[in-house]
Amino acid sequence: MEHFNMALVDWSRAQFALTALYHWLFVPLTLGTSFILAIMETIYVKTGKEIWKRITKFWMTLFAINFAIGVATGIILEFEFGTNWSNYSWFVGDIFGAPLAIEGIMAFFMESTFFAVMFFGWNKVSKGFHLTSTWLVAIGSNLSALWILVANAWMQNPVGMHFNPETARNEMVDFWAILFSPTAVNKFLHTISSAYVLSAIFVLGVSAWFLLKKRNEALAKRSMIVAGTFGLIMSIFMVTTGDESARQIFNVQPMKFASMEGLYHGESNAALTAVGFFTKVPKPEDPDANDWGPKIKIPGMLSYLATLDPKAYVPGINDMINGNKAHNIISYYDRIKMGKLAIAALKEFQLAKKAKNDSKAAAALKTFEANYKYFGYGYYDDPHKLIPDVPLTFYSFHIMVGLGTLFIFIFLFAVIYGVKGKLTQKRWLLYVALWAIPFAYLAQEAGWMVAEFGRQPWVVQDYMPTLSAVSNIDQTSVIITFFLFAVVFTVLLIAEVKIMLNQIKQLKDGGQQ
Amino acid sequence: MFENLSYLALQQYWWAIIALLGGILVFMLFVQGGQTLLYTIGKTDTEVKMLVNSLGRKWDITFTSLVVFGGAAFASFPLFYSTSFGGAYWVWMIILFAFILQAVSYEYRSKAKNWLGTRTYDTFLFINGLIGTVFLGTAVATFFTGSLFSVSAMHHSFWQSPYKGLELALNFGRYATYINLSLGLAVFFLSRILASLYFMNNIDDETIMERAKKQVMKNTIPFLFFFLFFLINILVMKGFNYDPVTKVVNMESFKYLHNLLAMPLVLIILLLGVVLVLWGIYRAVFATEKCGKKAIWFSGLGTILTVFALFLMAGYNHTAFYPSIFDLQSSLTIQNASSSKYTLTAMSYVSLLVPFVVAYIWYAWAQMNKTPITRKEMEEDAHAY
Repeated sequence: MEHFNMALVDWSRAQFALTALYHWLFVPLTLGTSFILAIMETIYVKTGKEIWKRITKFWMTLFAINFAIGVATGIILEFEFGTNWSNYSWFVGDIFGAPLAIEGIMAFFMESTFFAVMFFGWNKVSKGFHLTSTWLVAIGSNLSALWILVANAWMQNPVGMHFNPETARNEMVDFWAILFSPTAVNKFLHTISSAYVLSAIFVLGVSAWFLLKKRNEALAKRSMIVAGTFGLIMSIFMVTTGDESARQIFNVQPMKFASMEGLYHGESNAALTAVGFFTKVPKPEDPDANDWGPKIKIPGMLSYLATLDPKAYVPGINDMINGNKAHNIISYYDRIKMGKLAIAALKEFQLAKKAKNDSKAAAALKTFEANYKYFGYGYYDDPHKLIPDVPLTFYSFHIMVGLGTLFIFIFLFAVIYGVKGKLTQKRWLLYVALWAIPFAYLAQEAGWMVAEFGRQPWVVQDYMPTLSAVSNIDQTSVIITFFLFAVVFTVLLIAEVKIMLNQIKQLKDGGQQ
Repeated sequence: MFENLSYLALQQYWWAIIALLGGILVFMLFVQGGQTLLYTIGKTDTEVKMLVNSLGRKWDITFTSLVVFGGAAFASFPLFYSTSFGGAYWVWMIILFAFILQAVSYEYRSKAKNWLGTRTYDTFLFINGLIGTVFLGTAVATFFTGSLFSVSAMHHSFWQSPYKGLELALNFGRYATYINLSLGLAVFFLSRILASLYFMNNIDDETIMERAKKQVMKNTIPFLFFFLFFLINILVMKGFNYDPVTKVVNMESFKYLHNLLAMPLVLIILLLGVVLVLWGIYRAVFATEKCGKKAIWFSGLGTILTVFALFLMAGYNHTAFYPSIFDLQSSLTIQNASSSKYTLTAMSYVSLLVPFVVAYIWYAWAQMNKTPITRKEMEEDAHAY
């Protein structure tokens, strides 16, 4: 791996992470609020009450401010696959490009066309067509999430493909296997439900602020009931899909699973660490158990989470590095050997083909196919380089789960007191709902970090490491664009937050904005 | 049904879809052209507001067209995607930055406490209008004039200029640069013509109508100059031919002229496209006001057809559509750069959605256009940009 420019790889990763983290600040709110808007407008059309139109329009304004910057960061992500990860784009473009194209054709056009009707069509089109447009914006946004998450899930669990040695790339052989892979289904459901939760927290928190300030009470109370109910249902759905996602990770990315829990030594009847802290950064080679500070553990829970059997064996990081014959785990040392065999065999195959030596080509192909499963490992010499950042993955996972659980209670109380008409009396709940907003964003970003840092160093699990996926460009160009993006995104974020806060503050009782 | 097509037929089908998306994208660039005319056609705040709101109902369709063009190229010709985007890094980055600025500007420009001020966002729109059109046009011209890259046996591509694509527009020592830039500038002036026609159609205001009509006239002369410079040059220059059997790429004199003669249908589409663009302009400038209002549809359709034909000229009839002047044999063709047969087949089924998409865009556009934008609406609509 000496011939790889690791600084280029790191800067390319930093740029992609920067773009994705910024993008993910805006998208979840779009995904969920679009449905909340559709629900609110439906109530307006059904009841004919003007207040619901006013409520819809208010949240729609915030939606639009957020949507614009989500679009701005989104276009960069799509093109960065080409600009910064061009070797990836060839190696798996035959599979990965398709969902991206489908996303554009099926979802983006729907979103952008009906977005204009939703905002500017109030007095231009019929009530029915307007409501349909609002629903289509919601469906379009969520369809786009479907396709990009199918693409992401495929990177985590590559299925439905076959390596073509002639073209030196992976090719699609089963579209439906990619679309309906359990990883894709769970990733989609878990991500969108978490986005709905964020949106519900946002609406809840802003409404709580109105109630604390004794302004726009009619709008705020109604909004809290809609958001509370929507959030409660979705948070339960989020927990269920998260649970299923964990099992998927255990099956297809056991290293990520062990890192999420900071589990170095495998155990049967494994305990889940509910709360825990590292006292120092653990060494990947062989961490000392004393690296942990005090922990709160739930016995057997980790085994149950992974397999639905509280007594099952959960392998730790060291089991994977060194192998564990008793549990049929092939060591990373052996995988590296097999990976190197596959890489060498592929080169031999291509040389033999060029020399028109068919028998030699056939032999090389056989060796290649026998070892292809661990192709990506062949780029490494030291298996410890194949361990993700454990503390980062561990903390992200626990922050995500902890906050997700907390949100359920906030929704529950909001619905109970909302229905009883006692929201204004429960000021503690209003403060909690308001302060939950930044934490909802934190939970979202943490979720992204679990998924993406936890799978390192793989860009395509087991087949392609990040270092072999980058474009062949100079690192200076990437450093410059990294800082340009950082500045532009930050400036736009500040502008967005300022506009958003002002829109909320200036909303007057009873009147239009 | 697509399973029965040959691999080559699928590659040709997908190149035609890329060509069509390219045509639609260039037509939709009228939004960018309009962004460079905000303060030329609009003299008062209300007039600028009317123009911004007129474009503001369409900008995200242009944006989506660009994204879909990129996505479709990725899915159908991944080697082109990886070579061009990963190689001409700075060209694409500059285009992308210009589009980030656009995406927020409509929504934020007139909002209170927008931090940067309305003029800054309007400047962003101008930058996007200028760069979006000139750079995209210049990039498309390289389909005919070639770029500096090589592709290894493992299909890793290496750009061979330290300027990462900027040399295609800025290396004035090379004649092809002028051809590249001429298409860039032709697209820029065309987008301003189309924008003016669109304003005439979409805004109900006499002052704006008159000023837009003037802009149609003013931009037509430079447009024709740059477009004809580009067209004549590519018709007389050597082009990148490849042997369908050996796949060896060689230079052929009058290659693109030969392509037109070998594919009369493409020639007809090209001529029809150019005539329609000019017919639209004629109607806007010399015919009645009612004719002027409909001129956008003629020039718009003409633009789509012209660009469609140019793409077909670049990729059909055994032509390398993304040629390398560094290593001729690294040139990309619709055969060596495409996805697998399976993927192209699967994607072909997805392409059946395109007419449906076009239909609903048309319907929504028509519904919204029933009531053109007026000064009164700008004063009353709380959400106006």
